[in-house]
Amino acid sequence: MATKSGTQTSRKGGPEQGPLFQSSTSARHTLDRMFAVLVFIATMIGLVVLVVLLVDIALDGLPRLSWDFITSYSSVIPDNTGIYPALLGSLWLLALTGIISVPLGIGAATYLEEYAPDNWLTRLIEINISNLAGVPSIIYGLLGLGIFVNLLGPITGGQTIVAGALTLSLLILPVIIIATREAFRTIPGAVREGGYALGATRWEVIKAHLLPMAVPGALTGTILALSRAIGETAPLIVVGAATYITFAPESPLSSYSALPIQIYSWVSQPQPGFQIAAAAGIVVLMVVLLLANSVAIWLRNKYQRRV
Amino acid sequence: MLGMKIEDLSAFYGSFKAVTGVSMNIQANKVTALIGPSGCGKSTFLRCLNRMHEVIPGAYAEGGVHLGDQDIYAKDADPVTIRRRIGMVFQKPNPFSKSIYENVAWGARINGYKGDMDELVERSLRRAALWEEVKDKLKKSGFDLSGGQQQRLVIARTLAVEPEVILMDEPASALDPVSTQKIEDTMADLKKRYTVVIVTHNMQQAARISDYTGFFYIEHMGDPGRLWEFDETDKVFSAPGRKETEDYVTGRFG
Ligand SMILES: Nc1ncnc2c1ncn2[C@@H]1O[C@H](COP(=O)(O)OP(=O)(O)O)[C@@H](O)[C@H]1O
Ligand SMILES: [Mg+2]
Repeated sequence: MATKSGTQTSRKGGPEQGPLFQSSTSARHTLDRMFAVLVFIATMIGLVVLVVLLVDIALDGLPRLSWDFITSYSSVIPDNTGIYPALLGSLWLLALTGIISVPLGIGAATYLEEYAPDNWLTRLIEINISNLAGVPSIIYGLLGLGIFVNLLGPITGGQTIVAGALTLSLLILPVIIIATREAFRTIPGAVREGGYALGATRWEVIKAHLLPMAVPGALTGTILALSRAIGETAPLIVVGAATYITFAPESPLSSYSALPIQIYSWVSQPQPGFQIAAAAGIVVLMVVLLLANSVAIWLRNKYQRRV
Repeated sequence: MLGMKIEDLSAFYGSFKAVTGVSMNIQANKVTALIGPSGCGKSTFLRCLNRMHEVIPGAYAEGGVHLGDQDIYAKDADPVTIRRRIGMVFQKPNPFSKSIYENVAWGARINGYKGDMDELVERSLRRAALWEEVKDKLKKSGFDLSGGQQQRLVIARTLAVEPEVILMDEPASALDPVSTQKIEDTMADLKKRYTVVIVTHNMQQAARISDYTGFFYIEHMGDPGRLWEFDETDKVFSAPGRKETEDYVTGRFG
Protein backbone atom coordinates (compact mmCIF):
# COMPACT_ATOMS: atom_id res chain seq x y z
CA MET A 1 0.00 0.00 0.00
CA ALA A 2 2.62 2.46 1.09
CA THR A 3 4.71 1.78 -1.97
CA LYS A 4 1.78 2.24 -4.23
CA SER A 5 0.79 5.61 -2.87
CA GLY A 6 4.45 6.59 -2.88
CA THR A 7 4.69 5.86 -6.56
CA GLN A 8 1.64 7.91 -7.26
CA THR A 9 2.99 10.90 -5.43
CA SER A 10 6.27 10.76 -7.21
CA ARG A 11 4.51 10.45 -10.50
CA LYS A 12 2.35 13.48 -9.81
CA GLY A 13 5.23 15.61 -8.70
CA GLY A 14 7.69 14.41 -11.29
CA PRO A 15 8.40 16.03 -14.62
CA GLU A 16 6.73 13.16 -16.48
CA GLN A 17 3.27 14.13 -15.18
CA GLY A 18 2.05 13.76 -18.76
CA PRO A 19 0.09 10.53 -18.37
CA LEU A 20 -2.83 12.37 -16.77
CA PHE A 21 -3.13 14.87 -19.60
CA GLN A 22 -2.64 13.05 -22.85
CA SER A 23 -3.91 14.77 -25.91
CA SER A 24 -2.61 15.56 -29.30
CA THR A 25 -2.56 19.33 -29.47
CA SER A 26 -2.16 19.33 -33.22
CA ALA A 27 -5.18 17.09 -33.68
CA ARG A 28 -7.27 19.44 -31.55
CA HIS A 29 -6.17 22.42 -33.59
CA THR A 30 -6.95 20.59 -36.82
CA LEU A 31 -10.43 19.84 -35.53
CA ASP A 32 -10.81 23.48 -34.58
CA ARG A 33 -9.87 24.63 -38.07
CA MET A 34 -12.11 22.04 -39.70
CA PHE A 35 -15.04 23.27 -37.72
CA ALA A 36 -14.37 26.85 -38.72
CA VAL A 37 -14.41 25.80 -42.36
CA LEU A 38 -17.64 23.85 -41.89
CA VAL A 39 -19.57 26.73 -40.37
CA PHE A 40 -18.17 29.04 -43.02
CA ILE A 41 -19.53 26.73 -45.70
CA ALA A 42 -22.88 26.65 -43.95
CA THR A 43 -23.00 30.44 -44.04
CA MET A 44 -21.98 30.52 -47.69
CA ILE A 45 -24.62 28.05 -48.86
CA GLY A 46 -27.39 30.26 -47.53
CA LEU A 47 -25.75 33.39 -48.88
CA VAL A 48 -25.04 32.02 -52.33
CA VAL A 49 -28.57 30.74 -52.81
CA LEU A 50 -29.90 34.13 -51.79
CA VAL A 51 -27.57 36.03 -54.10
CA VAL A 52 -28.33 33.78 -57.07
CA LEU A 53 -32.03 34.27 -56.46
CA LEU A 54 -31.71 38.03 -56.25
CA VAL A 55 -29.47 38.31 -59.30
CA ASP A 56 -31.76 36.06 -61.33
CA ILE A 57 -34.79 38.16 -60.48
CA ALA A 58 -32.99 41.43 -61.00
CA LEU A 59 -31.77 40.28 -64.44
CA ASP A 60 -35.29 39.35 -65.46
CA GLY A 61 -37.09 42.20 -63.81
CA LEU A 62 -34.92 45.29 -63.98
CA PRO A 63 -35.14 45.80 -67.75
CA ARG A 64 -38.94 45.69 -67.47
CA LEU A 65 -38.98 48.16 -64.61
CA SER A 66 -39.94 51.65 -65.65
CA TRP A 67 -41.96 54.58 -64.43
CA ASP A 68 -44.69 53.37 -66.77
CA PHE A 69 -44.72 49.98 -65.12
CA ILE A 70 -45.09 51.56 -61.72
CA THR A 71 -47.87 53.93 -62.73
CA SER A 72 -49.92 51.67 -65.01
CA TYR A 73 -52.94 49.57 -64.18
CA SER A 74 -52.99 45.87 -64.91
CA SER A 75 -53.75 44.89 -68.46
CA VAL A 76 -54.32 41.69 -70.40
CA ILE A 77 -51.48 42.73 -72.70
CA PRO A 78 -48.23 41.74 -71.01
CA ASP A 79 -46.26 44.71 -72.30
CA ASN A 80 -48.83 47.23 -71.09
CA THR A 81 -49.48 45.83 -67.69
CA GLY A 82 -48.41 47.73 -64.58
CA ILE A 83 -48.30 47.49 -60.85
CA TYR A 84 -49.83 50.79 -59.73
CA PRO A 85 -53.02 49.53 -58.01
CA ALA A 86 -51.16 46.68 -56.33
CA LEU A 87 -48.40 48.96 -55.08
CA LEU A 88 -50.93 51.42 -53.73
CA GLY A 89 -52.95 48.58 -52.19
CA SER A 90 -49.84 47.28 -50.42
CA LEU A 91 -48.96 50.74 -49.10
CA TRP A 92 -52.52 51.16 -47.82
CA LEU A 93 -52.32 47.77 -46.15
CA LEU A 94 -48.94 48.64 -44.65
CA ALA A 95 -50.20 51.89 -43.17
CA LEU A 96 -53.52 50.58 -41.88
CA THR A 97 -52.02 47.40 -40.47
CA GLY A 98 -49.44 49.52 -38.65
CA ILE A 99 -52.05 51.89 -37.28
CA ILE A 100 -54.17 49.01 -36.03
CA SER A 101 -51.56 46.59 -34.76
CA VAL A 102 -48.93 48.82 -33.16
CA PRO A 103 -51.08 50.44 -30.46
CA LEU A 104 -52.86 47.15 -29.76
CA GLY A 105 -49.64 45.16 -29.60
CA ILE A 106 -47.73 47.63 -27.46
CA GLY A 107 -50.76 48.04 -25.22
CA ALA A 108 -51.19 44.32 -24.74
CA ALA A 109 -47.50 43.87 -24.05
CA THR A 110 -47.54 46.71 -21.54
CA TYR A 111 -50.42 45.10 -19.73
CA LEU A 112 -48.90 41.64 -19.70
CA GLU A 113 -45.44 42.81 -18.68
CA GLU A 114 -46.21 45.63 -16.26
CA TYR A 115 -49.71 45.16 -14.89
CA ALA A 116 -50.82 41.53 -15.10
CA PRO A 117 -50.20 39.44 -12.00
CA ASP A 118 -47.95 36.47 -12.53
CA ASN A 119 -50.45 33.62 -12.27
CA TRP A 120 -51.57 30.59 -14.27
CA LEU A 121 -53.95 32.68 -16.36
CA THR A 122 -51.28 35.11 -17.57
CA ARG A 123 -48.90 32.23 -18.15
CA LEU A 124 -51.58 30.52 -20.23
CA ILE A 125 -52.08 33.71 -22.25
CA GLU A 126 -48.33 34.00 -22.66
CA ILE A 127 -47.97 30.47 -24.01
CA ASN A 128 -50.86 30.98 -26.37
CA ILE A 129 -49.45 34.18 -27.76
CA SER A 130 -46.22 32.38 -28.56
CA ASN A 131 -48.24 29.64 -30.21
CA LEU A 132 -50.26 32.13 -32.22
CA ALA A 133 -47.05 33.52 -33.66
CA GLY A 134 -46.49 30.09 -35.20
CA VAL A 135 -49.95 29.59 -36.71
CA PRO A 136 -49.83 29.37 -40.53
CA SER A 137 -50.94 32.59 -42.15
CA ILE A 138 -53.69 30.93 -44.17
CA ILE A 139 -55.48 30.16 -40.92
CA TYR A 140 -55.51 33.87 -40.17
CA GLY A 141 -56.91 34.36 -43.65
CA LEU A 142 -59.79 32.02 -42.86
CA LEU A 143 -60.36 33.76 -39.54
CA GLY A 144 -60.36 37.12 -41.31
CA LEU A 145 -62.80 35.80 -43.90
CA GLY A 146 -65.14 34.60 -41.19
CA ILE A 147 -64.97 37.67 -38.99
CA PHE A 148 -63.91 40.76 -40.91
CA VAL A 149 -65.32 39.94 -44.34
CA ASN A 150 -68.50 38.05 -43.51
CA LEU A 151 -69.54 38.77 -39.92
CA LEU A 152 -68.44 42.40 -39.89
CA GLY A 153 -69.16 42.83 -43.59
CA PRO A 154 -71.72 45.57 -43.01
CA ILE A 155 -69.02 47.64 -41.30
CA THR A 156 -65.91 46.72 -43.25
CA GLY A 157 -67.68 46.51 -46.59
CA GLY A 158 -66.58 42.93 -47.16
CA GLN A 159 -63.55 42.41 -49.33
CA THR A 160 -61.95 45.75 -48.60
CA ILE A 161 -58.59 47.12 -47.56
CA VAL A 162 -59.67 47.48 -43.97
CA ALA A 163 -60.73 43.82 -43.79
CA GLY A 164 -57.33 42.87 -45.24
CA ALA A 165 -55.49 45.14 -42.82
CA LEU A 166 -57.40 43.77 -39.84
CA THR A 167 -56.50 40.24 -40.93
CA LEU A 168 -52.83 41.12 -41.32
CA SER A 169 -52.96 42.87 -37.93
CA LEU A 170 -54.14 39.64 -36.32
CA LEU A 171 -51.31 37.85 -38.05
CA ILE A 172 -48.58 40.09 -36.70
CA LEU A 173 -50.03 41.03 -33.31
CA PRO A 174 -48.38 38.08 -31.55
CA VAL A 175 -45.01 39.04 -33.00
CA ILE A 176 -45.40 42.66 -31.90
CA ILE A 177 -46.48 41.62 -28.43
CA ILE A 178 -43.53 39.28 -28.07
CA ALA A 179 -41.04 41.87 -29.35
CA THR A 180 -42.42 44.54 -27.05
CA ARG A 181 -42.39 42.28 -24.02
CA GLU A 182 -38.79 41.39 -24.75
CA ALA A 183 -38.01 45.10 -24.88
CA PHE A 184 -39.71 45.67 -21.53
CA ARG A 185 -37.80 42.81 -20.00
CA THR A 186 -34.43 44.26 -20.85
CA ILE A 187 -35.22 47.34 -18.75
CA PRO A 188 -33.58 46.90 -15.35
CA GLY A 189 -35.90 46.76 -12.36
CA ALA A 190 -33.88 49.62 -10.89
CA VAL A 191 -35.54 52.01 -13.33
CA ARG A 192 -38.99 51.10 -12.03
CA GLU A 193 -37.84 51.24 -8.42
CA GLY A 194 -36.23 54.63 -8.96
CA GLY A 195 -39.55 55.93 -10.23
CA TYR A 196 -41.66 54.41 -7.47
CA ALA A 197 -39.27 55.69 -4.82
CA LEU A 198 -40.03 59.24 -5.92
CA GLY A 199 -43.74 58.74 -5.42
CA ALA A 200 -44.67 57.92 -8.99
CA THR A 201 -47.61 55.74 -9.94
CA ARG A 202 -47.14 52.76 -12.18
CA TRP A 203 -48.52 54.55 -15.21
CA GLU A 204 -46.24 57.55 -14.62
CA VAL A 205 -43.22 55.26 -14.56
CA ILE A 206 -44.39 53.41 -17.67
CA LYS A 207 -45.09 56.60 -19.59
CA ALA A 208 -41.97 58.52 -18.65
CA HIS A 209 -39.37 55.77 -18.52
CA LEU A 210 -40.43 52.32 -19.65
CA LEU A 211 -42.21 53.11 -22.91
CA PRO A 212 -39.49 55.45 -24.20
CA MET A 213 -36.96 52.75 -23.42
CA ALA A 214 -39.01 49.88 -24.84
CA VAL A 215 -40.44 51.47 -27.96
CA PRO A 216 -37.30 51.44 -30.15
CA GLY A 217 -36.86 47.72 -29.59
CA ALA A 218 -40.56 47.15 -30.01
CA LEU A 219 -40.62 49.16 -33.24
CA THR A 220 -37.77 47.19 -34.73
CA GLY A 221 -39.67 43.96 -34.16
CA THR A 222 -42.86 45.56 -35.34
CA ILE A 223 -41.49 46.82 -38.62
CA LEU A 224 -39.94 43.46 -39.35
CA ALA A 225 -43.35 41.91 -38.67
CA LEU A 226 -45.03 44.51 -40.87
CA SER A 227 -42.71 43.81 -43.73
CA ARG A 228 -43.48 40.15 -43.35
CA ALA A 229 -47.18 40.97 -43.48
CA ILE A 230 -46.67 42.94 -46.66
CA GLY A 231 -45.13 39.92 -48.33
CA GLU A 232 -48.02 37.67 -47.27
CA THR A 233 -50.12 36.24 -50.07
CA ALA A 234 -52.22 33.41 -48.69
CA PRO A 235 -54.36 35.30 -46.16
CA LEU A 236 -55.01 38.10 -48.62
CA ILE A 237 -56.23 35.69 -51.26
CA VAL A 238 -58.62 34.24 -48.72
CA VAL A 239 -60.00 37.60 -47.62
CA GLY A 240 -60.49 38.61 -51.20
CA ALA A 241 -57.75 40.84 -52.49
CA ALA A 242 -58.47 41.16 -56.22
CA THR A 243 -55.96 40.27 -58.92
CA TYR A 244 -57.32 42.40 -61.65
CA ILE A 245 -58.13 45.91 -60.69
CA THR A 246 -58.44 48.90 -62.92
CA PHE A 247 -58.67 51.63 -60.35
CA ALA A 248 -56.49 52.81 -57.48
CA PRO A 249 -57.84 52.22 -53.98
CA GLU A 250 -58.99 55.48 -52.46
CA SER A 251 -60.14 54.67 -48.97
CA PRO A 252 -59.98 51.86 -46.43
CA LEU A 253 -63.30 50.68 -47.81
CA SER A 254 -62.05 50.23 -51.38
CA SER A 255 -61.47 46.92 -53.04
CA TYR A 256 -57.80 46.40 -53.55
CA SER A 257 -55.00 44.31 -54.87
CA ALA A 258 -51.58 43.86 -53.31
CA LEU A 259 -48.06 43.30 -54.62
CA PRO A 260 -47.72 39.60 -53.81
CA ILE A 261 -51.21 38.93 -55.15
CA GLN A 262 -50.42 40.71 -58.41
CA ILE A 263 -47.12 38.88 -58.72
CA TYR A 264 -48.81 35.58 -58.06
CA SER A 265 -51.45 36.30 -60.69
CA TRP A 266 -48.84 37.21 -63.30
CA VAL A 267 -46.76 34.15 -62.57
CA SER A 268 -49.77 31.95 -63.22
CA GLN A 269 -50.29 33.40 -66.69
CA PRO A 270 -48.94 31.41 -69.67
CA GLN A 271 -47.45 34.36 -71.60
CA PRO A 272 -43.71 34.88 -70.99
CA GLY A 273 -44.32 38.63 -70.91
CA PHE A 274 -46.21 38.21 -67.66
CA GLN A 275 -43.32 36.25 -66.16
CA ILE A 276 -41.10 39.23 -66.84
CA ALA A 277 -43.69 41.53 -65.31
CA ALA A 278 -43.77 39.28 -62.25
CA ALA A 279 -40.01 39.57 -61.88
CA ALA A 280 -40.28 43.35 -62.10
CA GLY A 281 -43.07 43.20 -59.51
CA ILE A 282 -40.83 41.21 -57.21
CA VAL A 283 -38.16 43.88 -57.51
CA VAL A 284 -40.73 46.50 -56.49
CA LEU A 285 -41.83 44.37 -53.53
CA MET A 286 -38.21 43.88 -52.47
CA VAL A 287 -37.59 47.61 -52.60
CA VAL A 288 -40.61 48.23 -50.37
CA LEU A 289 -39.39 45.59 -47.91
CA LEU A 290 -35.85 46.94 -47.92
CA LEU A 291 -37.17 50.44 -47.26
CA ALA A 292 -39.24 49.19 -44.32
CA ASN A 293 -36.26 47.36 -42.88
CA SER A 294 -34.02 50.39 -43.29
CA VAL A 295 -36.54 52.41 -41.35
CA ALA A 296 -36.37 49.80 -38.60
CA ILE A 297 -32.59 49.98 -38.46
CA TRP A 298 -32.65 53.77 -38.56
CA LEU A 299 -35.14 53.89 -35.69
CA ARG A 300 -33.14 51.49 -33.64
CA ASN A 301 -29.96 53.48 -34.05
CA LYS A 302 -31.69 56.78 -33.48
CA TYR A 303 -33.20 55.77 -30.18
CA GLN A 304 -30.45 53.44 -29.05
CA ARG A 305 -30.51 53.77 -25.33
CA ARG A 306 -27.98 53.33 -22.63
CA VAL A 307 -28.63 51.76 -19.28
CA MET B 1 -38.97 67.11 10.34
CA LEU B 2 -40.55 63.91 11.50
CA GLY B 3 -39.03 60.85 13.01
CA MET B 4 -40.24 57.31 12.56
CA LYS B 5 -41.44 54.70 14.98
CA ILE B 6 -41.25 51.03 14.11
CA GLU B 7 -43.09 48.44 16.16
CA ASP B 8 -42.58 44.71 15.93
CA LEU B 9 -41.96 44.74 12.19
CA SER B 10 -41.58 41.51 10.27
CA ALA B 11 -40.92 41.21 6.55
CA PHE B 12 -41.67 38.32 4.24
CA TYR B 13 -40.84 37.20 0.73
CA GLY B 14 -43.73 34.86 0.08
CA SER B 15 -43.49 32.29 2.83
CA PHE B 16 -39.89 33.19 3.64
CA LYS B 17 -39.54 35.41 6.68
CA ALA B 18 -36.51 37.64 6.19
CA VAL B 19 -36.81 39.99 9.16
CA THR B 20 -38.62 39.57 12.45
CA GLY B 21 -39.69 41.62 15.42
CA VAL B 22 -37.88 44.88 14.78
CA SER B 23 -38.85 47.83 16.95
CA MET B 24 -36.96 51.09 16.97
CA ASN B 25 -37.38 54.83 17.04
CA ILE B 26 -35.73 56.84 14.32
CA GLN B 27 -35.01 60.32 15.58
CA ALA B 28 -35.86 63.31 13.46
CA ASN B 29 -32.92 65.21 11.97
CA LYS B 30 -30.45 62.55 12.94
CA VAL B 31 -28.55 60.00 10.93
CA THR B 32 -29.36 56.43 11.88
CA ALA B 33 -26.98 53.80 10.55
CA LEU B 34 -27.91 50.16 10.06
CA ILE B 35 -25.04 47.70 10.09
CA GLY B 36 -24.66 43.94 10.17
CA PRO B 37 -23.47 40.97 8.15
CA SER B 38 -24.94 40.65 4.68
CA GLY B 39 -28.15 38.73 4.31
CA CYS B 40 -29.48 39.66 7.73
CA GLY B 41 -32.27 41.82 6.39
CA LYS B 42 -31.00 45.42 6.45
CA SER B 43 -32.15 46.20 2.91
CA THR B 44 -35.41 44.38 3.43
CA PHE B 45 -36.08 46.31 6.63
CA LEU B 46 -35.19 49.61 4.99
CA ARG B 47 -37.55 48.98 2.11
CA CYS B 48 -40.37 48.35 4.57
CA LEU B 49 -39.96 51.90 5.84
CA ASN B 50 -41.34 53.48 2.67
CA ARG B 51 -43.43 50.60 1.41
CA MET B 52 -40.98 49.72 -1.35
CA HIS B 53 -40.77 46.18 -0.01
CA GLU B 54 -44.22 45.29 -1.33
CA VAL B 55 -43.20 46.26 -4.87
CA ILE B 56 -41.52 42.85 -5.09
CA PRO B 57 -44.13 40.25 -6.08
CA GLY B 58 -45.18 38.20 -3.06
CA ALA B 59 -43.39 40.42 -0.55
CA TYR B 60 -45.25 41.91 2.40
CA ALA B 61 -44.65 43.29 5.87
CA GLU B 62 -46.39 42.96 9.23
CA GLY B 63 -46.21 45.28 12.20
CA GLY B 64 -46.37 49.01 12.62
CA VAL B 65 -44.43 51.79 10.96
CA HIS B 66 -45.27 55.40 11.82
CA LEU B 67 -44.03 58.57 10.23
CA GLY B 68 -44.67 61.16 12.93
CA ASP B 69 -48.06 59.95 14.07
CA GLN B 70 -49.23 58.64 10.72
CA ASP B 71 -49.43 54.89 10.33
CA ILE B 72 -47.90 54.30 6.90
CA TYR B 73 -49.37 50.81 6.74
CA ALA B 74 -52.88 52.02 7.52
CA LYS B 75 -55.53 50.82 5.10
CA ASP B 76 -56.10 54.28 3.71
CA ALA B 77 -52.40 55.15 3.50
CA ASP B 78 -51.36 55.65 -0.11
CA PRO B 79 -47.91 54.18 -0.83
CA VAL B 80 -47.41 56.71 -3.63
CA THR B 81 -47.71 59.65 -1.23
CA ILE B 82 -45.66 57.89 1.41
CA ARG B 83 -42.79 57.26 -0.99
CA ARG B 84 -42.65 60.92 -1.86
CA ARG B 85 -42.36 61.77 1.84
CA ILE B 86 -39.87 59.00 2.54
CA GLY B 87 -37.36 58.96 -0.28
CA MET B 88 -34.90 56.21 -1.12
CA VAL B 89 -31.43 55.99 -2.61
CA PHE B 90 -30.34 52.58 -3.79
CA GLN B 91 -27.05 50.75 -3.67
CA LYS B 92 -26.42 51.00 -7.38
CA PRO B 93 -26.88 54.45 -8.92
CA ASN B 94 -30.01 54.31 -11.07
CA PRO B 95 -30.38 57.62 -12.88
CA PHE B 96 -33.12 57.80 -15.49
CA SER B 97 -32.23 57.68 -19.14
CA LYS B 98 -32.94 61.42 -19.39
CA SER B 99 -31.04 64.68 -19.09
CA ILE B 100 -29.49 65.66 -15.78
CA TYR B 101 -32.08 68.41 -15.45
CA GLU B 102 -34.98 66.04 -16.17
CA ASN B 103 -33.62 63.48 -13.73
CA VAL B 104 -34.09 66.01 -10.97
CA ALA B 105 -37.22 67.71 -12.26
CA TRP B 106 -39.28 64.66 -13.15
CA GLY B 107 -40.22 63.52 -9.64
CA ALA B 108 -41.15 67.04 -8.62
CA ARG B 109 -43.24 67.52 -11.72
CA ILE B 110 -45.30 64.35 -11.35
CA ASN B 111 -45.89 65.26 -7.73
CA GLY B 112 -47.43 68.50 -8.85
CA TYR B 113 -44.64 70.92 -7.97
CA LYS B 114 -45.82 74.38 -9.01
CA GLY B 115 -42.81 76.51 -8.05
CA ASP B 116 -39.84 77.60 -10.13
CA MET B 117 -38.41 74.38 -11.55
CA ASP B 118 -35.01 75.80 -12.49
CA GLU B 119 -34.57 77.01 -8.98
CA LEU B 120 -35.62 73.66 -7.49
CA VAL B 121 -33.23 71.76 -9.75
CA GLU B 122 -30.33 74.03 -8.81
CA ARG B 123 -31.11 73.89 -5.10
CA SER B 124 -31.41 70.09 -5.12
CA LEU B 125 -28.19 69.66 -7.05
CA ARG B 126 -26.42 72.02 -4.66
CA ARG B 127 -27.63 70.10 -1.62
CA ALA B 128 -26.36 66.91 -3.19
CA ALA B 129 -22.99 68.63 -3.78
CA LEU B 130 -23.22 68.12 -7.52
CA TRP B 131 -24.18 71.56 -8.84
CA GLU B 132 -20.67 72.85 -9.53
CA GLU B 133 -19.82 69.77 -11.57
CA VAL B 134 -22.92 69.73 -13.76
CA LYS B 135 -24.21 73.28 -13.98
CA ASP B 136 -22.84 73.68 -17.51
CA LYS B 137 -24.20 70.40 -18.83
CA LEU B 138 -27.69 70.07 -17.44
CA LYS B 139 -28.94 68.93 -20.84
CA LYS B 140 -26.50 66.02 -20.99
CA SER B 141 -27.71 62.53 -20.18
CA GLY B 142 -27.51 61.37 -16.59
CA PHE B 143 -25.45 58.46 -17.88
CA ASP B 144 -22.68 60.81 -18.96
CA LEU B 145 -21.72 61.20 -15.29
CA SER B 146 -19.31 59.07 -13.30
CA GLY B 147 -20.72 56.53 -10.84
CA GLY B 148 -20.19 58.85 -7.90
CA GLN B 149 -21.82 61.75 -9.72
CA GLN B 150 -24.72 59.53 -10.74
CA GLN B 151 -25.30 58.61 -7.12
CA ARG B 152 -25.32 62.27 -6.13
CA LEU B 153 -27.72 62.91 -9.01
CA VAL B 154 -30.01 60.27 -7.53
CA ILE B 155 -29.71 61.97 -4.14
CA ALA B 156 -30.57 65.30 -5.79
CA ARG B 157 -33.61 63.86 -7.48
CA THR B 158 -34.73 62.41 -4.15
CA LEU B 159 -34.29 65.80 -2.46
CA ALA B 160 -36.24 67.52 -5.23
CA VAL B 161 -39.54 65.99 -4.10
CA GLU B 162 -38.85 67.41 -0.62
CA PRO B 163 -39.13 64.27 1.45
CA GLU B 164 -39.03 64.23 5.22
CA VAL B 165 -37.02 61.06 5.54
CA ILE B 166 -34.27 59.76 3.25
CA LEU B 167 -33.45 56.07 3.24
CA MET B 168 -30.10 55.09 1.79
CA ASP B 169 -29.10 51.51 1.09
CA GLU B 170 -25.31 51.31 0.98
CA PRO B 171 -25.23 54.39 -1.25
CA ALA B 172 -21.46 54.45 -1.47
CA SER B 173 -20.63 50.78 -1.62
CA ALA B 174 -20.20 50.76 -5.39
CA LEU B 175 -18.19 53.98 -5.44
CA ASP B 176 -14.57 55.04 -5.28
CA PRO B 177 -13.18 56.65 -2.10
CA VAL B 178 -13.37 60.21 -3.43
CA SER B 179 -17.05 59.88 -4.36
CA THR B 180 -17.71 58.16 -1.06
CA GLN B 181 -16.15 61.11 0.73
CA LYS B 182 -18.34 63.56 -1.19
CA ILE B 183 -21.46 61.63 -0.29
CA GLU B 184 -20.43 61.43 3.34
CA ASP B 185 -19.84 65.18 3.33
CA THR B 186 -23.36 65.82 2.09
CA MET B 187 -24.73 63.69 4.92
CA ALA B 188 -23.86 66.13 7.68
CA ASP B 189 -25.65 68.81 5.71
CA LEU B 190 -28.63 66.61 4.90
CA LYS B 191 -29.53 65.84 8.48
CA LYS B 192 -30.16 69.52 9.14
CA ARG B 193 -33.18 69.24 6.91
CA TYR B 194 -34.01 65.57 6.76
CA THR B 195 -34.14 62.47 8.84
CA VAL B 196 -31.64 60.01 7.38
CA VAL B 197 -31.44 56.23 7.65
CA ILE B 198 -28.41 54.67 6.00
CA VAL B 199 -27.40 51.06 5.59
CA THR B 200 -23.65 50.66 5.40
CA HIS B 201 -21.14 47.84 5.57
CA ASN B 202 -18.40 50.29 6.36
CA MET B 203 -17.85 50.55 10.14
CA GLN B 204 -15.78 53.72 9.93
CA GLN B 205 -18.46 55.31 7.85
CA ALA B 206 -21.16 54.37 10.32
CA ALA B 207 -19.07 55.71 13.20
CA ARG B 208 -18.25 58.94 11.39
CA ILE B 209 -21.60 59.99 10.06
CA SER B 210 -24.31 58.51 12.25
CA ASP B 211 -25.89 59.51 15.54
CA TYR B 212 -27.61 56.19 16.15
CA THR B 213 -26.63 52.73 15.05
CA GLY B 214 -28.70 49.59 14.71
CA PHE B 215 -26.96 46.25 14.44
CA PHE B 216 -28.82 43.51 12.57
CA TYR B 217 -27.87 39.94 13.16
CA ILE B 218 -28.92 36.35 12.50
CA GLU B 219 -27.99 34.03 15.31
CA HIS B 220 -28.73 30.68 13.71
CA MET B 221 -28.56 30.06 10.03
CA GLY B 222 -32.00 30.07 8.43
CA ASP B 223 -33.51 32.34 11.09
CA PRO B 224 -34.93 35.68 10.06
CA GLY B 225 -32.79 38.73 10.76
CA ARG B 226 -33.30 40.67 13.97
CA LEU B 227 -32.34 44.03 15.32
CA TRP B 228 -29.71 42.80 17.74
CA GLU B 229 -28.71 46.07 19.28
CA PHE B 230 -29.77 49.68 18.83
CA ASP B 231 -28.25 52.65 20.58
CA GLU B 232 -26.35 55.86 20.16
CA THR B 233 -23.50 55.33 17.77
CA ASP B 234 -20.83 56.15 20.37
CA LYS B 235 -22.25 53.51 22.67
CA VAL B 236 -22.50 50.85 20.00
CA PHE B 237 -18.93 51.37 18.95
CA SER B 238 -17.26 51.99 22.31
CA ALA B 239 -19.34 49.96 24.74
CA PRO B 240 -21.63 47.60 22.87
CA GLY B 241 -24.16 45.77 25.00
CA ARG B 242 -23.86 42.39 23.33
CA LYS B 243 -20.93 40.26 22.39
CA GLU B 244 -21.96 39.76 18.74
CA THR B 245 -22.15 43.51 18.28
CA GLU B 246 -18.70 43.94 19.70
CA ASP B 247 -17.28 41.18 17.52
CA TYR B 248 -18.83 42.78 14.48
CA VAL B 249 -17.84 46.39 15.06
CA THR B 250 -14.30 45.39 15.93
CA GLY B 251 -14.13 43.42 12.71
CA ARG B 252 -13.80 40.00 14.31
CA PHE B 253 -16.39 38.65 11.91
CA GLY B 254 -18.48 39.99 9.17
N1 LIG C 1 -36.26 39.69 -3.73
C1 LIG C 1 -36.05 38.75 -2.81
N2 LIG C 1 -36.75 37.59 -2.84
C2 LIG C 1 -36.55 36.63 -1.92
N3 LIG C 1 -35.69 36.72 -0.90
C3 LIG C 1 -34.97 37.84 -0.80
C4 LIG C 1 -35.11 38.91 -1.74
N4 LIG C 1 -34.25 39.90 -1.38
C5 LIG C 1 -33.62 39.46 -0.28
N5 LIG C 1 -34.03 38.23 0.07
C6 LIG C 1 -33.57 37.44 1.23
O1 LIG C 1 -33.88 38.15 2.40
C7 LIG C 1 -32.82 38.04 3.33
C8 LIG C 1 -32.35 39.42 3.72
O2 LIG C 1 -31.75 40.03 2.60
P1 LIG C 1 -31.33 41.55 2.57
O3 LIG C 1 -32.42 42.36 3.16
O4 LIG C 1 -30.92 41.88 1.20
O5 LIG C 1 -30.08 41.56 3.54
P2 LIG C 1 -28.91 42.62 3.71
O6 LIG C 1 -29.34 43.89 3.04
O7 LIG C 1 -28.74 42.76 5.18
O8 LIG C 1 -27.70 42.05 3.08
C9 LIG C 1 -31.74 37.19 2.67
O9 LIG C 1 -31.89 35.87 3.13
C10 LIG C 1 -32.07 37.29 1.23
O10 LIG C 1 -31.68 36.13 0.55
MG1 LIG D 1 -28.46 44.91 1.39
